[in-house]
Amino acid sequence: MGKCVCIIAEFRHGAFRRVTYEVASEGKRLADALGVGLCAVAVGSGVADKAAELGRYAVDKVFAVDDPALENYLAESYVPLVADVLAGCDPAAVVMSASVDGKDFAARLSARLKAGLAQDCTQVVCENGKIKAKRPVFAGKCYGWCEWAEGALPVISCRPNVMDCLAPMEDKKAEVEKVQVSIPQTRSCVKSLDLDTSGKVELTEAEIIVSGGRGMKGPENYAMLEELAKVLGAAVGASRAAVDSGWRPHADQVGQTGKVVNPNLYIAVGISGAIQHLAGMGSSKFIVAVNKDSEAPIFSKADYGVVEDLFNFVPAFTEEIRKLKSSCS
Amino acid sequence: MNVAVLLKQTPDTESVIRIASDGKSIVTDDLKWIVNPYDEFAVEAALRLKEKHGGSVTIISWGPQRVVESIRTALAMGADTGVLIDDPALERSDSLGVATALAAAVKELNPDIVLCGSRAVDYDMAQRGPMVAEFLGWPHLALAVSVDSDGKSVTIDRPIEGGKVVLESSLPAVVTFGGSHAVWNPRYASLPGIMKAKKKPLAVKKLADLGVDAAVVGAAKVRVTSMEMPLQRAAGKLVDGGLDTAGKAVELVRALHQEAKVI
Ligand SMILES: Cc1cc2nc3c(=O)[nH]c(=O)nc-3n(C[C@H](O)[C@H](O)[C@H](O)COP(=O)(O)OP(=O)(O)OC[C@H]3O[C@@H](n4cnc5c(N)ncnc54)[C@H](O)[C@@H]3O)c2cc1C
Ligand SMILES: Cc1cc2nc3c(=O)[nH]c(=O)nc-3n(C[C@H](O)[C@H](O)[C@H](O)COP(=O)(O)OP(=O)(O)OC[C@H]3O[C@@H](n4cnc5c(N)ncnc54)[C@H](O)[C@@H]3O)c2cc1C
Repeated sequence: MGKCVCIIAEFRHGAFRRVTYEVASEGKRLADALGVGLCAVAVGSGVADKAAELGRYAVDKVFAVDDPALENYLAESYVPLVADVLAGCDPAAVVMSASVDGKDFAARLSARLKAGLAQDCTQVVCENGKIKAKRPVFAGKCYGWCEWAEGALPVISCRPNVMDCLAPMEDKKAEVEKVQVSIPQTRSCVKSLDLDTSGKVELTEAEIIVSGGRGMKGPENYAMLEELAKVLGAAVGASRAAVDSGWRPHADQVGQTGKVVNPNLYIAVGISGAIQHLAGMGSSKFIVAVNKDSEAPIFSKADYGVVEDLFNFVPAFTEEIRKLKSSCS
Repeated sequence: MNVAVLLKQTPDTESVIRIASDGKSIVTDDLKWIVNPYDEFAVEAALRLKEKHGGSVTIISWGPQRVVESIRTALAMGADTGVLIDDPALERSDSLGVATALAAAVKELNPDIVLCGSRAVDYDMAQRGPMVAEFLGWPHLALAVSVDSDGKSVTIDRPIEGGKVVLESSLPAVVTFGGSHAVWNPRYASLPGIMKAKKKPLAVKKLADLGVDAAVVGAAKVRVTSMEMPLQRAAGKLVDGGLDTAGKAVELVRALHQEAKVI
């Protein structure tokens, strides 16, 4: 067995992304079960100065690959660099986030290492030293448990928002080893990177999502949902019907051919609950449906259902939440 | 520009999935099969590249004989030729094995660009594209919601959490497709297209024909050892009790705050 569990940190614009803490927490549980330490590989520009922070989430040692040329994630350069570091630290398992970049990286890294990959896992267990990982298939209609062949290195990516985060240990610092590397020549490059600075909450990382479907009747009516979302600190999603109608950008589509989300609370407004939509939000912890048709299939998945005309209900609901928020603060 | 598209046949997204008696696979008897929606986007993008630059579009797929129907669908949309890798050794394989076989088929064709779905809607691994690229030693650009090429290089828009990245690569390269129906609006096969597709060349190959060792490809590193259904959600309740609209709003906020504790 290898010497450590190794996580891959995600560093963007001078900070680790929250998913890295989830992955470190899951990595720590796995490392404890295997009786080994927890290492991290962190790639990015300026990452070495920040790497010790990962100690707060139980990382013992960080291999920092720090170079201005590594400002933005690019599979063609990150993968060979990380593969080289991993070859030197003999991991028992490699764990990362199934974020957008994480999934992409995991796939190419596994090919390079000729290692088996379980992508987008929602649970990782270790029984008698043997690692098993559970992942949704058919968009959550069922789950598969993956196991690795004798001697094969498990590579695991964890679905964001699922793994419990450890309480940070404020004063703990990780040991940092700066790895000297030569930057690979690449044929691909990042031409530009634009981050939305409007403070919009990202769907896949949102704790609360308010989603609107064809029942919204037109793009102008989404202002009502935006308002509700603002009061709740939520992100706004949509069904395919709303996206296909051109009412909402495709990035907002929730479902089997859109985003798979798992917030604490999903509020479906004017959405019938087609199987492809349910596939994208069925694992939300709490589901509320607002629909004027009491027979709509969405009600079979909802913890709380409201049979009402959304145009009457949503403003009333928003107002009640506003009252609650002001009484709490 | 010669384009190869990796296409997977998947169960219809409407399908009810049942676990088979072996506990680790699904019942396939009554499934309807479709072209993986993301691969349909890739076919659409391939046809647009061909319209702009000329050349040909070849569909490559691994799977049993039933996959011929999906390859014909892509040929009816306008692709030129198909290659089916039909070899039982791959059934014991994992993503690495399948990617090895697909990469071998690509090498034989030597295209300028390879397009594929970012993920397949059945097992949803999102692995094959980057793996094939790694095995070919080519760059890959993943999750395209737009694609443009001048014949020498390719540029895509890639959505990431809270933003967008523009990626570029010289050719040859692999591009994987994200987005949605609204983004790609894949064309339907026309009736003349369907008639023509029946006569387009479709080669069936074994691993040996591609110079791939079946024993190596069949030795999976990771396997599914069991499957399970999700926990049934407890029956929900309707916020009702004869309340009017405002009353329901009050009751829902109370329930979410006090019972569910999510707001
Ligand atoms: C290959 C494939 C992939 C797909 N992928 C996705 C996907 O990723 N995501 C997705 O969402 N769909 C997807 N679909 C589409 C899916 O099958 C449905 O067509 C779609 O989800 C329907 O959207 P909807 O619920 O908004 O619209 P509808 O089904 O038309 O439902 C509208 C609902 O609004 C209610 N309503 C209307 N007016 C009001 C009112 N005033 N007040 C309250 N309620 C009202 C109605 O009662 C109805 O239930 C996919 C389909 C295919 C074939
Ligand atoms: C429940 C279950 C869970 C599994 N989990 C894992 C796992 O975690 N890791 C693992 O390695 N294996 C796993 N397997 C093994 C599995 O049989 C295959 O690896 C799986 O079918 C491939 O994933 P995908 O098709 O979702 O590929 P993806 O990587 O999601 O496909 C991406 C793209 O690659 C191309 N492509 C994929 N397959 C083909 C094909 N046959 N022909 C042409 N192009 C293709 C398409 O363009 C497609 O859009 C699992 C199997 C089961 C039954």
